[in-house]
Amino acid sequence: MIKVNRASVQGSSGKTGSQTNRLTRRQSIWGLVFLSPWLIGFFAFQLLPILATIFLSFTNYNGNVTFKLGNFKFVGFANYARITTDPNVLQALGVTLKFAAISVPLGLVVPLLFALLVNSKHLIGRNLFRTLYYLPSVLPVVAATMIFNGVLNAQSGWINQLLALIHIPGPRWFSDPNWAVPALNLIALWGVGNAMIILLAGLQNVPTEILEAATIDGASGVQRFWYITIPLISPVIFYNLTLGVINGFQYFIPAMLIGGINGNPQGATLTYNLQFYREAFVFSEMGYASVMALILFVITMICTTVMFTWGQRRVYYAGGER
Amino acid sequence: METQPPMQSPGTSQVWKNLQNRVRKPASKIGVTLLGFFLLLVFILPLGYMVNTAFKLDTQTTAQNAPVYPATPVTFSYQGNDLPLYYVPINGHLKRLALLHGYREDSQFIDPAKPGGGVIEWTGRWRILTPVYRFSLTWDNIKGAWEQVNFILLFRNTFFLAIVSTFGTLLSCILVAYGFSRFPIPGKNILFIILISTIVLPPQATIIPLFILFTKIHWTGTWLPLLVPAFFANAYDVFLLRQYLMSVPKELDEAAMIDGAGPFRILFSVIIPQAVPAITAVTLFHFFYVWNDYFTPLVYLVGKDNLFPISVGIGSVFGTFTRTPGLSLATATIAVVLPAIIFFLAQRQFTQGIVMTGVEK
Repeated sequence: MIKVNRASVQGSSGKTGSQTNRLTRRQSIWGLVFLSPWLIGFFAFQLLPILATIFLSFTNYNGNVTFKLGNFKFVGFANYARITTDPNVLQALGVTLKFAAISVPLGLVVPLLFALLVNSKHLIGRNLFRTLYYLPSVLPVVAATMIFNGVLNAQSGWINQLLALIHIPGPRWFSDPNWAVPALNLIALWGVGNAMIILLAGLQNVPTEILEAATIDGASGVQRFWYITIPLISPVIFYNLTLGVINGFQYFIPAMLIGGINGNPQGATLTYNLQFYREAFVFSEMGYASVMALILFVITMICTTVMFTWGQRRVYYAGGER
Repeated sequence: METQPPMQSPGTSQVWKNLQNRVRKPASKIGVTLLGFFLLLVFILPLGYMVNTAFKLDTQTTAQNAPVYPATPVTFSYQGNDLPLYYVPINGHLKRLALLHGYREDSQFIDPAKPGGGVIEWTGRWRILTPVYRFSLTWDNIKGAWEQVNFILLFRNTFFLAIVSTFGTLLSCILVAYGFSRFPIPGKNILFIILISTIVLPPQATIIPLFILFTKIHWTGTWLPLLVPAFFANAYDVFLLRQYLMSVPKELDEAAMIDGAGPFRILFSVIIPQAVPAITAVTLFHFFYVWNDYFTPLVYLVGKDNLFPISVGIGSVFGTFTRTPGLSLATATIAVVLPAIIFFLAQRQFTQGIVMTGVEK
């Protein structure tokens, strides 16, 4: 607005208010033109499809037949009723919760420790360490899964061979229903680089004056960390937490590759997203799978909203903004 | 002389403190760096395993008493036969001898140092002896993987997808970010909040109707479902670019405006040259995104092996290669090399981009 006014004032001194309005309107139209790719995309690829998913969730549409009237029936809430007793969905929810129960806390603590380490003045060659810790995050997840499938092999894998050196019998990882999820967590943990870089930037933004003032007042290193650093980087921690929860529910590639669509062994790697893929695109039960998609959507929305409202109260934003 | 000790006392303690500092500082440097190095070893271990396994024969992995590193058994040529070498304990010494005949409880060896010295008889089970290995890389796995997986096709497909969809993403996201950062639009704040909230929108919530739609218009089984949406902007990249454009001073485009430049002219001659770091970051992110994307091509390209990008392509041999770790990790090695090189070349722009999106929220 200011920009337009100033331009009009400088452009020609004799412009009236209505001319300014016209300019503003013209600017708004230009703005909408520039926004149009996203606006169209949002309606065509996001809003309307979500509404269509809601519509489909009340039908028994099967993807093996073309989508037209007569090829599907409205079944009311039958799909919703079915999902509450579907053992596969319950299994998938259990696997996903187990995965998230490990991945979320690990995803908060480990990247923070890495960030503290590569932010330390005492670390020689910090940039090299940052680059190398980050490296696994850019490698294709399919390749990472192949690598971990080998590293975690019960006999020839290095992890179990190293454990054997200190006389700990290693688990059978991906073949053991109890250890399959922790093994998936290890693959996820390999990609902590992203969170580390974000936290590192947060650490670098902590004003040194505050830390120095605290040192003069006699605060110990641990105290400075708990009472200054942590509150100051809480928005970043909180951002990582939100992403961690959401990613937990969308975990797919390693589970699909290791356990196949049945989530072997014994459904231990049947994540929620994998079960969704199976219903929608293997069994083509698209009406029923729509309910699963909506549940995922609602869970994501609830998580995001809860964490944002919780975050508003708990998280320190510099300058009180937001 | 008697007055010196009290004088010296604070002096020595000062010296002592300095000395302490001088020792402690390098000590903590060494300690922290060692810790970092140890963690790095743990972190890089899977990559070491990958390279190690890719360049060694699977037979060595399962062989008894074979070294961990890629190696080949050393042989000794004796009367036209290649005899394997073993470490044989004779009179308390380990001697490198070539196995001529191995029986159950005893065996005959030849000393490679003096083959004319005749047959050495040895009692004991030769099967428990440690063979002599020497370091040697095998390219068999890499060759085998290259033959069984059509990497050239997969790379070509991935590059085509990456280039076109990165172009579409840049084009659309720059326009949208420009709109959000520079123009007075009614309800702009609400629109921006909607945009941001679509970052967390799970793709599953939209994929079924989109799949039905794309099937109706015969796009499934082609690249169109992967490419066309890229031309309609995505929240993540718009957010990154918009944050960056907000920090570009408005005085520049105001000056251009006074000179009579239209919005497009300002975009191309003022804004884009200023936003090169953000544009580079988006390009890199999108390249890696396409390189990694698995779910979408898996859904839309089912059965169209000749259209697969690298992720789905190597994913489809995952099961077949489970019993042949050498081939499996050679495949992983080939798939990993290019992203790793690009990352090393562009890591600064890359990490700056992550910081731009992560910290601003």
